[in-house]
Amino acid sequence: MISVKELRRSFGPLVAVDGISFDVEKGQVLGLLGPNGAGKTTAMRMLACFLKPDSGTATVCGYDVLKNSVEVRRLLGYLAENSPAYNEMTVGGFLEFVCDVRQVKGKDRKQALDRVVPMCSIESVYHQTIETLSKGYRRRVGLAQALIHDPDVLILDEPTDGLDPNQKHEVRELISGMAKDKCIIVSTHILEEVEAVCSRTIIISRGRILVDSTPKKLKEKYKCSLDEVFRKITKTKVA
Amino acid sequence: MHSFWAVFKRELKSYFTTPIAYVFLVIFLFFSGYLTFKQGFFEMRQADMRAFFMNLPLLFVFMVPSAAMRLWAEERRVGSIELLFTLPITVTQAVLGKFFAAWLFLAIALVLTFPMPITVCYLGDPDIGLIITGYLGSLLMAGGFLAIGCFFSVVSKNQVISFVLSVVACAVLVFAGRPTTLNYLSTFFPAGLVSAIETMSFQTHFESIQKGVLEFKDLSYFVLLIVGWIAASSIVLDERKAS
Repeated sequence: MISVKELRRSFGPLVAVDGISFDVEKGQVLGLLGPNGAGKTTAMRMLACFLKPDSGTATVCGYDVLKNSVEVRRLLGYLAENSPAYNEMTVGGFLEFVCDVRQVKGKDRKQALDRVVPMCSIESVYHQTIETLSKGYRRRVGLAQALIHDPDVLILDEPTDGLDPNQKHEVRELISGMAKDKCIIVSTHILEEVEAVCSRTIIISRGRILVDSTPKKLKEKYKCSLDEVFRKITKTKVA
Repeated sequence: MHSFWAVFKRELKSYFTTPIAYVFLVIFLFFSGYLTFKQGFFEMRQADMRAFFMNLPLLFVFMVPSAAMRLWAEERRVGSIELLFTLPITVTQAVLGKFFAAWLFLAIALVLTFPMPITVCYLGDPDIGLIITGYLGSLLMAGGFLAIGCFFSVVSKNQVISFVLSVVACAVLVFAGRPTTLNYLSTFFPAGLVSAIETMSFQTHFESIQKGVLEFKDLSYFVLLIVGWIAASSIVLDERKAS
C-alpha cells in the first residue's frame, strides 16, 4: 500500500534522506529504526506530503505524494514528531476541527469520537485546553487525531515518546490490535518497541537503508539482543 | 470547500478563545473614538463622520498588522503547521480561510463602532450613503492591510518581526499619498512619477471612496492589492511551510 522509490531530500549541504526504497503491504507494521538525525522524520514527512522530495517517488494506496497530495493526505493518518496541535483549543474542539476537515459528519462523527476517545483514553481531558495537557496526553490526542477517520495507512513518528510505561504498553497494544487490517509505519529508537509491535524493521542511518529485515531474523542472524544488533549495524556500517 | 470553512471557523473562534479579540477590540474602539473627538468632532458642527474615517488609515497601520501577525508566524513557531498541512487542505484553501476569518474579525471591529453613526444620526441629519461608502472603504482598506500583514506573517516565524515589517509596509503605502510627502517628492521627482506614487497609495483611494464616489479604479486597486499579496503569501508559504 505504500511504495517508496529512491526518495531523496537534502537541506542545504546536509543529505537527510539519501535514496531510500521500500514497500509496505497491508497487515504489516514497519518499524523505522535509526539513531537521532538518521532521516526517519524527514522520510515520514515526505510520505505525509509535508516535505517535497528532491527526487524519487512515493505512492500511498496508488496515489503519488506529489501529484495527488490531497488524496494521499485524505487516506493517511499521521502523527507528527511533537504531536503538534492548536494549544488554545480544547481536546474536543480540536477533534471536531479535524472531523470538519476530514469531512466526518453527523452520525459518523459521533461514532468516530465514541470510538477514538476511549481508545486513546482521553475522556478525562476531553474538555481541557490542549496547552494544559501533559506530554503523554498531548501525544494521545495526536494519536486520536490520526485515527479519527479510521485510515488504512498510518504513519506514526515516535508514538510512545513521552508516555509512561503503562501508556506505552497501551499504545503498543493499540497498534498491534489494528495491525492486521492496516498498513502502519512506526518510527522509534526504542528497541523493545520494535520487538513488541513490528513485523518488519528497517534500520536507517545517515539517510540510507542499512538493513531491511524482521526483528526475529535479525536476532537469529547476529545471535544477540536487538540492542546489540542496532549498535553493531549503525556503528560499523556508517563509520 | 469544506476545508476552507473548517480553517475559517477555527481561525475565527481562536480570536475569541484567546484574549486577542478582546484586547484588540477595546483598544481599537477606544482610539477610534478618542481620535474622532480629539479631531474636533463637535467643533466641526457637521453631522458627518469625516473626523472618524480620517483617522482610520493611521489607526489601521498599527491595529491590522497586530491582528495579522499571528496568522502564520504562530502556526510555524508552534509547529501546528505540520498538522494543518498533513490534513487534506491545500495551501490556497488554508491561506484564504485564515485571511477571510481575520477580515471578518476586522469587520466585526468596524461594526462595533456603531455608536458613532448613531450619535451622528441623533445629532443631525447625515448623508447615510456617505457613511455606508465610508465603511465600505474602511473595510476594503482593512483587507488590503491584512493581506500585507498576512504576507509578512508568512515570511517570518517571529511575530515581532512580521508585525514591524507589515507596519512599515502599510505605513509607506499610507504616507506615500499624504500631501506633505507628495509636496516634498515633487521638488525633485518629475510630475508623472509623483502622480504614480500617489495612485499607488492607500490614502488616495480610500479618500475617494470615503467621499462617496465608488469608482472602478478605486475598487480594483483594493481588489488587486488583496489578490496580489494573498497570492504571494500562498507561493511563499508553499515554499517555506516546512522550514
